[in-house]
Amino acid sequence: MADATLEHVAVGHGAPGEFEAPLFGAYSKKVGMWLFLASDSLTFGALLFAFSYNRIYTTPWPTPFHAESIANATVMTACLLSSSLTMVLGVLAAKRGDRAWTRNWLLGTMVFGTAFIVLHGMEWSKLIGEGLAIPGFMTVLGVTQHAASGELADISKNVPQFTQAFFGLTAMHMLHVTIGVIYLGVVAFRKMFLAILGVIWIAAAFLIPAGNVFHYPIHVLGIGLLICAVILFLKPMDYDAHDVEVSGLYWHFVDLVWMFIFPLVYLMSTKVS
Amino acid sequence: MHDVAHVAHDDSKGQYFWVWAALLILTAIEVVLGYKQVFTPLRMLEALLILSVIKSALIIGYFMHLKFERALMRWLLVISVTACFVIMYFFFFPDADRIMKYGVR
Repeated sequence: MADATLEHVAVGHGAPGEFEAPLFGAYSKKVGMWLFLASDSLTFGALLFAFSYNRIYTTPWPTPFHAESIANATVMTACLLSSSLTMVLGVLAAKRGDRAWTRNWLLGTMVFGTAFIVLHGMEWSKLIGEGLAIPGFMTVLGVTQHAASGELADISKNVPQFTQAFFGLTAMHMLHVTIGVIYLGVVAFRKMFLAILGVIWIAAAFLIPAGNVFHYPIHVLGIGLLICAVILFLKPMDYDAHDVEVSGLYWHFVDLVWMFIFPLVYLMSTKVS
Repeated sequence: MHDVAHVAHDDSKGQYFWVWAALLILTAIEVVLGYKQVFTPLRMLEALLILSVIKSALIIGYFMHLKFERALMRWLLVISVTACFVIMYFFFFPDADRIMKYGVR
């Protein structure tokens, strides 16, 4: 309807079937995604500024990350960087019209993204098990903390702004990565991905024990499933190279944000033994 | 589907592998700097942020293709986001600078 109206206007101006050239020389979905990413970068910018402010304000700032945590975070960084490479190769395959390789590269990106989430989740569980927690918040989530004393438990009691900043920033990023994996799954597999996501959600909900920090947050997958189902059934479409490119922009942004979180949160809080 | 003019550019796979390798090398340098703690925390923060800005420029320019978009789009996005960060900086850091000079009071 809207297109017909626009065409009518164009005909009225003596240019049948032609629309005004796009301002940025790019299609609207791409411009829309760039504008969203610009606004989202301000969200992360504010969080990173708040983290840096806390870092300067608090003396002494805790340095709880031993070699093991740094090695883990480095592997996570390598996973995200590699996922960006597979993503850009997927975009190239989509532009060539190679559907099989587009799907393969997108799947590779999802595997790297999932590896990042799993490694991050394991690290969170380990830190919480050793006593790192946001005071009061963990009991709301029903999280079991094994260590009531020790280095990390002391940090939680004496410097709560560290745990709040650490969990707040990394949780926000982890949520973005999860949304990114679901987004790529929809673009790569369309309705078939609903079944895959549903199986992963139900399996995870049963496998993650009650005392784990992800016992309730795993239902984000259920919310994602519902939203994807609504989108896919209300507007079923075959995603083309432009859609792959736009999803790639989102994915690279998630990678980009981690390039600031990794040095600011982890490397600036390294414990040298 | 869309009749949109694209700026012609080299879309070969090779350049992406080079960018990926550069990003991994820069990450390795960051880890070494962070773990060896060769600088004071403030100098370390500056060094890590410079490396992060280089890495983000590589990601935005090559992986996100902004380098190959029209100049209007490129500059509008970069200037607007940078301006917002500068405004945030003015909000946060005068106080942080005061704390560094005089301590927490």
